[in-house]
Amino acid sequence: MAEGCLCEETYPKIDAIISEKGAVPNSLIEILHAVQEEIGYLPQAVQEYIAEALGMSAGTVEGVVSFYSFFTTVPRGRHTIKVCQGTACYVRGGKRLLESVTKHCGCGVGETSEGQRFSLDVVRCIGACGLSPVMMVGDDVYDRVKPTRVAEILDKYE
Amino acid sequence: MPDFTVTINGREVPARPGMTVLEAATEAGISIPTLCYHPDLAPQGACRVCLVEIEGERVLQPSCSFPVRPGMIVQTHSAQVRKARRTVVELLLSDHPSDCTVCARCGTCELQALAEDLGLREVRFRVPPPGHEMDDSSLFVVRDPDKCILCRRCIETCAQIQGVEALRLKGRGYESLIGAPFDTPLGDTLCVNCGQCISRCPTGALTEKTHIPQVWAALEDPETFTVVQTAPAVRVTLGEALGLPPGEIVTGRMTAALRVLGFDRVFDTDFTADLTIMEEGHELIQRVTTGGVLPQLTSCCPGWIKFIEHFYPDLLPNVSSCKSPQQMFGALAKTYFAEVAGVDPARMCVVSIMPCTAKKYEAARPEMNDSGYQDVDYVLTTRELAQMIKEMGLDFANLEEENYDDPLGQSTGAGVIFGATGGVMEAALRTAYEVISGEKLEDLDITPVRGMEGIKEASVQIDSLELKVAVAHGLGNAAQLLEKIAAGQADYHFVEIMACPGGCLGGGGQPVPTSLDIRKTRAAAIYQADRELPIRRSHENPSITEIYAKFLGEPLSDKSHHLLHTKYTARTKRAVQVERK
Repeated sequence: MAEGCLCEETYPKIDAIISEKGAVPNSLIEILHAVQEEIGYLPQAVQEYIAEALGMSAGTVEGVVSFYSFFTTVPRGRHTIKVCQGTACYVRGGKRLLESVTKHCGCGVGETSEGQRFSLDVVRCIGACGLSPVMMVGDDVYDRVKPTRVAEILDKYE
Repeated sequence: MPDFTVTINGREVPARPGMTVLEAATEAGISIPTLCYHPDLAPQGACRVCLVEIEGERVLQPSCSFPVRPGMIVQTHSAQVRKARRTVVELLLSDHPSDCTVCARCGTCELQALAEDLGLREVRFRVPPPGHEMDDSSLFVVRDPDKCILCRRCIETCAQIQGVEALRLKGRGYESLIGAPFDTPLGDTLCVNCGQCISRCPTGALTEKTHIPQVWAALEDPETFTVVQTAPAVRVTLGEALGLPPGEIVTGRMTAALRVLGFDRVFDTDFTADLTIMEEGHELIQRVTTGGVLPQLTSCCPGWIKFIEHFYPDLLPNVSSCKSPQQMFGALAKTYFAEVAGVDPARMCVVSIMPCTAKKYEAARPEMNDSGYQDVDYVLTTRELAQMIKEMGLDFANLEEENYDDPLGQSTGAGVIFGATGGVMEAALRTAYEVISGEKLEDLDITPVRGMEGIKEASVQIDSLELKVAVAHGLGNAAQLLEKIAAGQADYHFVEIMACPGGCLGGGGQPVPTSLDIRKTRAAAIYQADRELPIRRSHENPSITEIYAKFLGEPLSDKSHHLLHTKYTARTKRAVQVERK
């Protein structure tokens, strides 16, 4: 899926979500979560479509989508990398780790690499401070990661 | 709950349930500084400048949104409050551009005034401005996001007062940005150009797209014949931008100042306001007598026209085909007047002085060239004219009063009241009554259509016809009325709509600040100007009689239709056009 290009079949799915949650402004955040779950991201066309269905301005919907870091307006990669920048990870080399990941995965924080292979996020502590610095790829946790190990880790994911 | 008292700064002051601390303080004459608060809008508590100390509260509270309670004890200027307030303003200034001297709002900027009131002489925190791009895609406004303090008054004005929602806040924290949805250039959106956002912007983030350099160039070019028209509402507001109190009528001094600036002819849009009454009044009579589409909706206001084109295109057949007085003037200046004065219209430059920013857009509409040229070349707001008068070094308050030139300068009280909400309706009724019944209307003050009520209704018995009319100002109010009309629940014959609160006297090109009190004062001045004029009915204007006799023939003639009437464009309601694949 390219940005802004959605198949016709997508809209009935959005309609179903909206009718389940209720076509009222109060349901907006729940609807956005469910739609993102369904199609992976919230491009402009989808935001406008939801706004119209809920009788809200597109700007209000965009305001909510852009406020919460959970929402994304670009398609996500097949694998989501999360690099911890919490205090413990940060002081034990988290910054250099993030630089290395950025270099090897081919995209910046909050972005998706070409071919939708990786999406890169920063997280603030995943509760594994004793193993810092920590990163995750999908559900796999990698502990005490040295920047030099990053390439080898990422190679495992296609 | 009955009324009660609260103690502010050691003084017991009266308060009512539902009031905020700020309102109680203001009524008691205690001034609390504010930035995001605006009397026309619901409070937001976004900027934290109005913080006060309230006994029993753990932290300082924003007075603009904090409700009063009986017996509440408030300190508005304690040491703690002043310290916090200074920090808040310092933080607002931390990434604010500091080139104040070359900012359009230098001297009228609320942030600047606040820093001055607090005596800030240094800012402890300095970071570069975010470096957002300027948006000058619109024909009426320039948006400089770096000067924006994110107070959201513009967003709330557009949503609460106008119901347009052309602006939104995106992102959060340092990255927050106000603009059109999806970063669309504002010029490509359903923004109606009303400029109410400019009127309420505390800083220089929103300013009109100026035509001042082009107008100076035309005035300085000996080959160009410059003609200026002044809108009805400007004569009661221009003084405000030049140090006079609101509500002072400055018609004669404005005319004198325009001559000093170098205009070859100084004319009055009130003349074409009278002409609008003739054309629009006859259009109404025609619609009523021949079973045309009713209600007829007025068409003088370009903000309203763009609004209905976007939001209610199905009702476009209801809109009068009359051009606005500004555009009628332009079309006649370059035809009728050019002929009378023997001036080649190709070297004529028509400048309008308008209370309005949407007039800049209207003048640039591609269809507004029935004279064979762009009918109106440049539009200056009241603020821009004041700027030119200042640059010219005129002692405006003491200028000798002068009259308008002939033949496009003669007007009536009916033309003047176009500047207030309900004015077009009242002027139309004065003429319609006499034209239809053939009798003189004894009392010319038609008070049910006056005043600041958002929607006004009235009915007038003319012979056997009970003419039902309605008036709305502010597009949010207009939308309510249109919903009723669209649903077939209204049986009006004629409806006046003005985009701005109060009508043109509250226009987006008027001096800042604006408030209900200021608008009421301006309206009182408009009605005073009407009362003081010898002629108060459009159809009694001798220049109108003359232009029909010599040039136009009669109302709704072929020539009138060609020069004075127009067509509208149905537009989309979507914020942005998106191709769906």
